[in-house]
Amino acid sequence: MPFEPPGKALKEEEFDHNILTVSYQPKAKYAWATGVAIGRFLEGLKAGEILGTKCDHCGRIAVPPRVFCEWCFKRSGTWVQLPDTGTVNTFSVSYIATDTTRLKTPTIPAVIEIDTTGHAGLLHIIGEAKPEEVKIGMRVKAIWADPDKRKASITDIRYFRPIK
Amino acid sequence: MSGLIVKKRVAVIGAGMTKFMRRAQETGKELAFEATKQALDSAGMRIEDVDAVALGSAPDAFDGVHMKGEYLLDGAGGWQKPYSRNFVGGGTGVFSAIHGWWHVASGLFDTCLVVAEEKMSSCLPHPQTAFLTIFDNMIERPLGPNLIWIFALEMQRYMQRHKIPKEQIAQVAVKNKRNALDHPSAQIARAVTLTDIMNSEVLAWPVQRLDISPVSDGACAILLASEDVARKITDSPVWIKGVGWNLDTTYWTNRDLYFPRYVANAARMAYDMAGITNPRKQIDFAEPYDPFDYKELHHMEGLLLCRKGEAPKLTAEGVTERDGKLPICPSGGLLGVGNPIAAAGLMKICELFWQLRGEAGKRQIPGDPRTAVAQAWGDLMQIGTVVVMQG
Amino acid sequence: MRMTTEYRAIEGDFPVHFRYTAGVAGERFLREIKDNARLVAARCNKCQLNYLPPRIYCERCMSKLEDYVQIENTGVIQSFTICTQDNEGNELPEPVNVAFVRFPSAHGGLIHTTKGEVCVGDKVRAVFKEKANRTGSILDIKYFEKAP
Repeated sequence: MPFEPPGKALKEEEFDHNILTVSYQPKAKYAWATGVAIGRFLEGLKAGEILGTKCDHCGRIAVPPRVFCEWCFKRSGTWVQLPDTGTVNTFSVSYIATDTTRLKTPTIPAVIEIDTTGHAGLLHIIGEAKPEEVKIGMRVKAIWADPDKRKASITDIRYFRPIK
Repeated sequence: MSGLIVKKRVAVIGAGMTKFMRRAQETGKELAFEATKQALDSAGMRIEDVDAVALGSAPDAFDGVHMKGEYLLDGAGGWQKPYSRNFVGGGTGVFSAIHGWWHVASGLFDTCLVVAEEKMSSCLPHPQTAFLTIFDNMIERPLGPNLIWIFALEMQRYMQRHKIPKEQIAQVAVKNKRNALDHPSAQIARAVTLTDIMNSEVLAWPVQRLDISPVSDGACAILLASEDVARKITDSPVWIKGVGWNLDTTYWTNRDLYFPRYVANAARMAYDMAGITNPRKQIDFAEPYDPFDYKELHHMEGLLLCRKGEAPKLTAEGVTERDGKLPICPSGGLLGVGNPIAAAGLMKICELFWQLRGEAGKRQIPGDPRTAVAQAWGDLMQIGTVVVMQG
Repeated sequence: MRMTTEYRAIEGDFPVHFRYTAGVAGERFLREIKDNARLVAARCNKCQLNYLPPRIYCERCMSKLEDYVQIENTGVIQSFTICTQDNEGNELPEPVNVAFVRFPSAHGGLIHTTKGEVCVGDKVRAVFKEKANRTGSILDIKYFEKAP
């Protein structure tokens, strides 16, 4: 390959000032239908319940719930109420917000395996815990928002707290 | 797969790439053209000799154009040709070679140009924000995730499962950034030390700033030909011996992230086709996908080049250096050369091509490497794409 | 356990914006408009074509193009339309005439607005903004108007 491959690299100041550019802000807004399974799941959260679905064929319990089991490609027709406790499968201590700005106090996202499902996990946040206390294998419990503050959202669970 | 009859043997007969840059002046079309021209010139071919074009590029939202495949067409030599675009997230670059391979192996075409392009600098405030919808819109986005979470969660699980100290992972970044000093297209090659990496800003523990490859603009291209045509054009065709691709469920929170089983599935498919029964012994070097340092290790294990949890030890022992027993990412990888998503994957195929022909210059692996594997990975930790090549 | 009885949708958006570079050829094209109020095309000597808008490659033979040639500012209406609504379906205060203009020496053409209505085959010329107001944008051409 040639010693000097083609390409005109620009510095940030050049990108901002020296060359001609066009800016564009797309107006893309969406209304995503929740679908059958997540629609019911969110209603369950509003009622203070974590719901899962059981596959008619292989019997596995899935959370987040789904109308079909993607393992055996059969319907998951039975709804089950699950405990709101679980075990931390993995976690991170994040100092960056969703818009890439820096956070003073870190957020602790985690995948929490919900009890009785085997290893079905949910993404959520760990609260009321110092970063150094969090461990894989730690037992946690959901802390719910007040019933009148719930909106049928994943945030109806405020966070999961270590069970001491 | 064994017993598969391929109509035509497929060879790579040319390759080219642009610099990988943080922000290029060139438009996506111009980047695609520059890489395509290099590839054509390297094989002494004209665009009229190309029967079909297969282009790979990751989300339209990076370049910010609608139907990016069609947009890039004229720069990628697709004018009035059978042209198609593939997109499988980060797996795109290596998948593009597979996409091109079908065209020739099936006997439908004698030659196929494969191009991969990405121009991420168009996306503001940061390409990461275009990625946000990778998280489930309904039950994950309201939690305010950042893209880095995905990697941090996977890295944490991998580290904890095998009790890997962070230093052993950071060593990969040191190696690759140093290897990239010898790559003419490299964006940020520099000799960083382990201390530099361990002291770099913590983004989402265990991920630190220097664990990550940079956002880039760039393009690569390769030329594929059937055996008859290849032998007329060159004395040293490099054969594509095996291809594999495999995806896992999007419900990533239901999977154990410590091992990428979908990469192993793809690797088995490719090795089977290539007649490789003992990858550890029969593969001379590898270019696994390394957008983060821990990913090189994760993928070495996914590629069945070592046992689960063994990759960090091999790195610490120097086995994966260019002069080691199993060189890994002799190019400098994404960590060293840069990461314009689709182009980065195809860059690895280009590296295999140059190494297997003895044309890798200062990066050349000593001895006489004959068989190698390139791999890419992407989506929501979902796809493994694997290609085995032999000189 | 009963199924859901409420239809629900979650709203969201795509929080990105874009900044596109004009590119190597685009930079030259727009600077000629800005500095000199003239149009340039890129010439492929092999295929004997002047590409407008210019580009650094010939899509037919994949040669690298580095020669720019000036194109006349007067062209011919190839096709046109009259827009009465904007992108979101709102009525425009005044209709906007949009046309595709071809130029005798060039291969290709430009999409732009015209002052007043035009017909296919009409000769039209580019009317530029005052130099002080030109920024290196396609809008440095105010519109095309019928030429005598």
